[in-house]
Amino acid sequence: MTAASHSSVDVAIIGGGPAGLSAALALHQLGITNVVVLERETQAGGVPRHTEHLGYGIRDLHRVTTGPRYSAELRKRVEAAGITVRVGTTAVDWLDDTTLQIADATGLSTIAARCVVLATGVRERPRAARLVAGDRGAGIFTTGSLQQLTANHHQRPGKRALIVGAEHVSFSALLTLRHAGCDVVAMVTPLPRHQSYAALRALTAQRHRVPIITDTNVAEIHGRKRVEAVTLTDGQRIECDTVVFTGDWIPDNELARRGGIDIDIASRSPVVDGSWRTNRRGVFAIGNLIHPAETADICALDGRNVANAVAGWMATNNWPTDPLRIVVEHPISWISPGAVQPRAAAALKHFTLRVSEPVADATICVTQNGAVLWRSRRPRRLVPNRSISISASWLTKVDPAGSDINVTLNVGQPHK
Amino acid sequence: MPEVYDVVVIGAGVVGTAVARLLSHHHLEVALLDAGADIGAGTSKANTAILHTGFDATPGSLESRLVARGYALLNDYAPNVGIAIEPLGALLVAWDDEQAASLNASAEKAVANGYRSASLIDAQSVYELEPQLASGARGAMVVPDEFIIDPWSTPLAFAKEAIANGVIWLPNHSVTKLDRSNDITVISTAEQHTLRARCVVNAAGLHSDDVHALFGLAGFTVRPRRGELIVFDKLARSLLSHTILPVPTSHTKGVLVAPTVFGNIMLGPTADDIDDKTATGSTRAGIDALLAKGQRILPALLHEEVTAVYAGLRAATQHSDYQISHDPTLGYVCLGGIRSTGLTASMALAEEALALLQRCGLVATPKASDELRSIRVTNLGEAFARPYQGGSSGAIVCHCERTTSNEIVEACTVAPTATTLDGIRRRTRALSGRCQGFYCSAEVCALAANASGKPMSEWLGNQ
Ligand SMILES: Cc1cc2nc3c(=O)[nH]c(=O)nc-3n(C[C@H](O)[C@H](O)[C@H](O)COP(=O)(O)OP(=O)(O)OC[C@H]3O[C@@H](n4cnc5c(N)ncnc54)[C@H](O)[C@@H]3O)c2cc1C
Ligand SMILES: Cc1cc2nc3c(=O)[nH]c(=O)nc-3n(C[C@H](O)[C@H](O)[C@H](O)COP(=O)(O)OP(=O)(O)OC[C@H]3O[C@@H](n4cnc5c(N)ncnc54)[C@H](O)[C@@H]3O)c2cc1C
Repeated sequence: MTAASHSSVDVAIIGGGPAGLSAALALHQLGITNVVVLERETQAGGVPRHTEHLGYGIRDLHRVTTGPRYSAELRKRVEAAGITVRVGTTAVDWLDDTTLQIADATGLSTIAARCVVLATGVRERPRAARLVAGDRGAGIFTTGSLQQLTANHHQRPGKRALIVGAEHVSFSALLTLRHAGCDVVAMVTPLPRHQSYAALRALTAQRHRVPIITDTNVAEIHGRKRVEAVTLTDGQRIECDTVVFTGDWIPDNELARRGGIDIDIASRSPVVDGSWRTNRRGVFAIGNLIHPAETADICALDGRNVANAVAGWMATNNWPTDPLRIVVEHPISWISPGAVQPRAAAALKHFTLRVSEPVADATICVTQNGAVLWRSRRPRRLVPNRSISISASWLTKVDPAGSDINVTLNVGQPHK
Repeated sequence: MPEVYDVVVIGAGVVGTAVARLLSHHHLEVALLDAGADIGAGTSKANTAILHTGFDATPGSLESRLVARGYALLNDYAPNVGIAIEPLGALLVAWDDEQAASLNASAEKAVANGYRSASLIDAQSVYELEPQLASGARGAMVVPDEFIIDPWSTPLAFAKEAIANGVIWLPNHSVTKLDRSNDITVISTAEQHTLRARCVVNAAGLHSDDVHALFGLAGFTVRPRRGELIVFDKLARSLLSHTILPVPTSHTKGVLVAPTVFGNIMLGPTADDIDDKTATGSTRAGIDALLAKGQRILPALLHEEVTAVYAGLRAATQHSDYQISHDPTLGYVCLGGIRSTGLTASMALAEEALALLQRCGLVATPKASDELRSIRVTNLGEAFARPYQGGSSGAIVCHCERTTSNEIVEACTVAPTATTLDGIRRRTRALSGRCQGFYCSAEVCALAANASGKPMSEWLGNQ
């Protein structure tokens, strides 16, 4: 083992995806330059590096580009600013509040930081985590593993694929499969409809004549050596040699959990307040890690916004504790941020939340001690797996001495 | 390749590789063959990985004796070659009055099996040891010597050592015919190979009865008993510090919750008698039954992510004991029906096989110690130093399991080499973590293709 080396920085950003790189850039602009970005992969850029289709950069770069171009642009900016990015470097554990043990090709070492920003992203739940029964032949992927194969190694995944899921990322998988020369026999979703934009669906599923089978799920996979078919929960059998599990995001929360950071039970994300502070002193969390999963530009904006909060903490050394928690009720599954610091000024403009079933004509209600702080009617259907944004304007009305905050949906009727 | 082998071992599971290893310590020409492309790819890859003391065996049985002996041998051997073992100990927890009443009988049985370190504790002590257990435990028997072990590295180490000491490893040799004449057995395979041997050892696991029948012998039939298992992510491991065993029934050891040396928690196995010796898929009913059990034993476990669901087939027979026999005229030793303790008993089964081979007339002269080559395997245990920490093993490729590039290359180039992604997984842990290849499957495949010369597409098809 090499002698453990030790370095110290003002800010250590864990994860070089859109969120982490954007945070580094924003800190740089505020004059905080003793920053290191740790990225475990051989190149920074995060997930967009493998998604070779359009749809990136709208809210942050103000243009539409592909994933690889988008991540290349972020890398270019970071490099131009002279920010240190250590690739091939994994943050493995905590040694104290903001000192990390890291591993790279030379072994273990430590980085002491005044402040840590977690931006470790999300991944998709694989087949095992979804407890799908059956055989374990070849040909089973997630969108992530599929796109790495096709983007980096130009492999053909199979001939006939079934896509599990019908949210944005599922359509991304569809494009990838078609591009790699693999037919898509169907998409299946347990929900009553797809959960993407009509336009995206039209461009993909309709254009390629892919049926979307709703209200059902994969029950069993057949094929000992290679996938041969799938049985759905409604009994239907679909012949295919490839199954791609899409969406069903789980935050890459290992480091957060090892650090004893509070985790939301539904999203499995670290709970942060309106300034992206976790309950661990000096540790912030941003990006898809705290809202599984949004588009890259939203994650990049988290990165920009967290910079002020980081600067504030470094200037004042003030880490407010015991935030008010935001408690949600079915059919809301989670809200992010999941806590607020009523006295502290928050840069936060919006909260994002998710529902677990489609609801039409709902009223979203924010209350504290039974008093309504904010309410908004949503005549358009709220769809699972799609972000629902609500204003943060009610933060000024919160009673700092009051109880936790409740967010509820008053539903006209659960709706198909 | 010799004209006539002294011994051909049929089956390269944990039992066959253990036999080959012991034979390689003697001046003998030995071949180890398997129908599959890799060692340890049958039942030996899918078990609960407990080094059993044998406290609950049938006293006086072959299994009782060989488990106790195998435990001692493997517990000594493992640390020397890099097989991870953790001395956790187990709690046999009683959940109702009937089970609580039977704990005394379990304690007596342990003594009858020669195991004297078990002790009974009350419910309060159970929760002091395992605060996360579900409520309702009535008491437990502590079995301090039930350890956990790395089940994948065990046959790998045996095979590596056997090969290093001259055993010829022959994958893709599916034995279909055995003809004995003039004290020589002619072994024919489905792939059209022919081998000659003075003696044959049957270590064919689920097919030990079929191989037995190739000599026209009968006496036992294997009826697979499927055991489904669910593996939870490493963040679950802190929930437990012992293996939690159920009070056993005559049919199976029951569903247990066991930490693994890789840092996971395993829940299982079920026990279903089935007819198909290849039915290693998992079932909805099995998964649901396990989750219900898990909820009753360790509810917090169910909030953790699942990293694997799979099934192993025990080679159960109509008899409760191992089916070990020999036939001097045929030059034949049978190690059949090694049902649910074969990992633990493997090294003792090898001793048994050698003794029976000698009774068949085999002359086995031990090699001098300076003629023996020792080997090591990469220690995959989470509680041990891993290559990524050392800094000379290349970059981490699989982030969930922290497997380095050199480990992947070694798995594909050092005999017995991995030929499938599953084989790489068993040698390195790569791809077995929580993301199941979201990040690394393409990279692992590319490294394997590069190291082996076999194209990526083939690695993909053989997952
Ligand atoms: C198939 C697919 C299609 C998509 N399509 C679009 C689209 O069209 N438009 C769009 O805007 N968004 C799209 N997205 C979403 C977009 O990719 C994400 O919003 C974005 O990548 C999230 O950024 P992030 O920085 O939070 O996380 P990530 O991009 O996941 O980056 C996290 C980084 O952290 C690193 N890391 C994790 N743990 C550690 C550790 N312990 N030590 C060091 N490094 C670590 C990881 O290696 C990774 O590089 C798509 C996503 C997928 C999967
Ligand atoms: C769910 C489960 C849990 C278990 N838990 C434990 C435990 O905790 N501790 C423990 O000690 N034991 C445990 N066991 C038992 C242990 O796994 C087995 O006893 C052991 O793996 C048997 O090894 P084997 O070498 O006999 O069989 P196998 O591993 O099945 O090897 C037999 C080999 O023979 C080959 N073969 C078959 N027919 C032919 C042929 N005609 N020609 C050539 N090759 C052939 C096969 O391809 C196979 O590779 C468990 C078993 C199961 C199923």
